[in-house]
Amino acid sequence: MDIIEILFTASFWAAAIRIATPLIFATLGELICERAGVLNLGIEGIMVAGAFAGWMAVYSGTGLWVGVAVAMGVGMLFGLVHALLTVPFGLSQHVVGLGVTLLATSSTYYAYRLALPEVTNPPKIAAFQPYEIPVLSEIPLLGPALFSQTPFTYLAFVLVAVVALVLYRTPVGLAVRAVGENPAAVAAQGLSVTAIRMGAVIVGSGFMAMGGAFLTMSAFDSFFFEMVNGRGWICIALVVFGSWRPGKALLGAILFAAFDALQIRVQQTGFGAEFPYQIFLMMPYFLSILALVAMSRRAEVPAALMVPFNKGER
Amino acid sequence: MRLEPIRNPSVARRVVPIGLALGATIAIASLLASVAGANPFSVLGLILKGAFGSKFAIVETFNRATPLIFTGLAAAVAFRAKFWNIGAEAQLYAGALTTVVLGTGLLAWPSFALLPLLAFVAILAGALLLLVPAVLKTRFGVDEVVTTLLFNFIFLLFISMLLEGPLKDPMGMGWPKSARVVAEARLPRIFEGLRVHWGFALALISAFVVWIIQTRSTLGFEMRAVGLNKDAAAFAGIPVNRVLVKTALLSGGLAALGGFSEVAGLKGSLTLDLSPGYGYTGIIVAMLALLNPIGVIVAALFVAGIFVGADSMSRAADVPTYLADIMLATALLLVVLAIMLTRFRVVRD
Repeated sequence: MDIIEILFTASFWAAAIRIATPLIFATLGELICERAGVLNLGIEGIMVAGAFAGWMAVYSGTGLWVGVAVAMGVGMLFGLVHALLTVPFGLSQHVVGLGVTLLATSSTYYAYRLALPEVTNPPKIAAFQPYEIPVLSEIPLLGPALFSQTPFTYLAFVLVAVVALVLYRTPVGLAVRAVGENPAAVAAQGLSVTAIRMGAVIVGSGFMAMGGAFLTMSAFDSFFFEMVNGRGWICIALVVFGSWRPGKALLGAILFAAFDALQIRVQQTGFGAEFPYQIFLMMPYFLSILALVAMSRRAEVPAALMVPFNKGER
Repeated sequence: MRLEPIRNPSVARRVVPIGLALGATIAIASLLASVAGANPFSVLGLILKGAFGSKFAIVETFNRATPLIFTGLAAAVAFRAKFWNIGAEAQLYAGALTTVVLGTGLLAWPSFALLPLLAFVAILAGALLLLVPAVLKTRFGVDEVVTTLLFNFIFLLFISMLLEGPLKDPMGMGWPKSARVVAEARLPRIFEGLRVHWGFALALISAFVVWIIQTRSTLGFEMRAVGLNKDAAAFAGIPVNRVLVKTALLSGGLAALGGFSEVAGLKGSLTLDLSPGYGYTGIIVAMLALLNPIGVIVAALFVAGIFVGADSMSRAADVPTYLADIMLATALLLVVLAIMLTRFRVVRD
């Protein structure tokens, strides 16, 4: 099949949206943290923890949405660890983030081995099923691509709108953006920079975990080691690519996912079979780096990103 | 709450928090092991016994510590200049790659010439690999954390491609592994009968060289200045970007030397599981060592001890091996917090 032909199939765009969904959740989460001035490198591990927690909850008998909530809760817990160390104590966000990733990943694997000691093939759960939205799903091309997804995917799109609304149209959002730009001014208003930043990191981490949970509860129906596979790091690049704006980040995630879906399909063509498959697997990472280079000059980085705030220091 | 710097911290202030951090790490690990059904009070003893309890265990700990000294130095050097190289994993593989490419029979040189060449080429490969993120940072302002992280994935796929293609061992029974390096390309053992190889000595020498660079050279001074305050360093006439690139070359080279040492000293060939995350663990080593090159040696032995000890403990007490990683992550986070508390006091307001 020709590459142009692939681009006009509904199944290709449906796959792109599916691949984009976990990235949308996690990118939104990272965006909230960074908008408040905190780089959260715990993202990769928090996604692993979310993927496991949501799946495990459903496997042990809860409903799917309860599973999503459990994943979010676990993510927020790791977010709390990150927030405590980086905000009031002002520790290096790089080191703490990597530490949280290692902590979340290893405790997830530990919990997995405790819960399922002798299992070689992880059990499957009854994952989210596609729900065709009446009328809309009948639009050609767009219908099957956008409106025949699982409810978990729809939630991602709703969340982008909600986050954008909260960030730009509410006092809470203003406070979050302000602590990322000029924390001293926020403190002068009598607000607690610490509380706002911690809140942003905790909520953002919850969203990251939901991104992980999508992998085990909607994209697949089981938990595997290494299943997050660098998606968290890609989301950090996507935040930069989207210049810290929810709408642009959504667009970036879909573009990126479309490219990923395309490489999977080209891999299966006669043309693609002439190259080692690893070349195709490298593409998403290269693309992320290229996106960073392309956007770096124009990026409007939050002014207080990675700058700890200590009251009383002038 | 607010943090207030302490002018002259007492000895207790400098030691107690770190002791507490390590104690808490052991307590958490014991608690987690008891969740898995082990006796919590036996955990520490079993770890110590597993890491240092026999000649075999000590040799194992030293062999584990060797690559960690290299990657720990790589992180320590870079972090001192606030250059966040998280790509030591890829750089280590770069050094391992050049070692098998040149060491599997391409050059029929005697040992005394071949080994230095292999080490030199490995350093070059690791340095070049980190040069790309370094230049992206200095030229385009691209954050090196993300680029070095992503390079790890790219480079491992590249290695996987080579191991399934041109580098695949025809005698390897279909496994993605390279051919073994020739006898002249093997680092000999330091003591007859003990499995500790000259890679460990090379690691110690490297730590010493880095210490000399950091404390006795202009470059070391410049790296520290750039790390403390980039703008002030630039104002004082230090070429910040050039210093960052030099730092990157040194850091990448050190990590790659670890790859050379693993292949030439221990494994003899290249596989995709040559490193169980030594590049990432090196960051923990560097942080625990307070970025001090001599401290890296101690921290690497400590971390290797946890790995080897926890491995043996988890087999003895039937606890999942991931406990070692949890211990390291906990130790990292708590020690970083403790270091801060040695210099600041928390004030309520």
